[in-house]
Amino acid sequence: MDLFTDLLTGLFFFLGSLSIIIGACGLIKLPDVFSRIHAAGMIDTGGTAFFVLGMIMQSGWSLITVKLLLIGIFIFFTSPVTSHVTANLAREKGMVPVGKKIGKLL
Amino acid sequence: MFLAALTACAISALLVLARIVLGKTTFDRVLAVNSLGTIIVIGIALHGFYANRPEFLDIAIVYALINFIGTVAILKLFSTGSFKGNKK
Repeated sequence: MDLFTDLLTGLFFFLGSLSIIIGACGLIKLPDVFSRIHAAGMIDTGGTAFFVLGMIMQSGWSLITVKLLLIGIFIFFTSPVTSHVTANLAREKGMVPVGKKIGKLL
Repeated sequence: MFLAALTACAISALLVLARIVLGKTTFDRVLAVNSLGTIIVIGIALHGFYANRPEFLDIAIVYALINFIGTVAILKLFSTGSFKGNKK
């Protein structure tokens, strides 16, 4: 049972590390604010969810589990709020996504 | 295991820091600072497990709260020019 928990923790940590590294590379590589929001959301949701799941596997049932779930749920709900505020303000300040023209939808 | 995860956090924090330095507009920098805060929250929790001191999770919770409030406050200041009121 201990080996199974450790293997599951390793798998979750691997997926979380992959998620945050891909998100950081996307934050460097992508050309625009509106597309970089996608990479930032990947860091927030994927990375936090997988790392919190892996640490919950290690902690067992205690107060530590409740604190980890609190961190996970808080970041899970505030990340879309931040992304939406950023995109809304960027559009309001007159930025246009790369490859789009100002038409009916924009 | 925790050390490998901390290494991945450090690598991605360096990449995000490069975006903060290079970023063209304010929104890029605000977005990258928010992502850096999330990575630091994960790193604080992982270091608490790595050093067998889970009290670090309280600091991680407070860091997550301050990260959200700070990001929204910076965007509001950049939007209207002050912290109070709806429009300027």
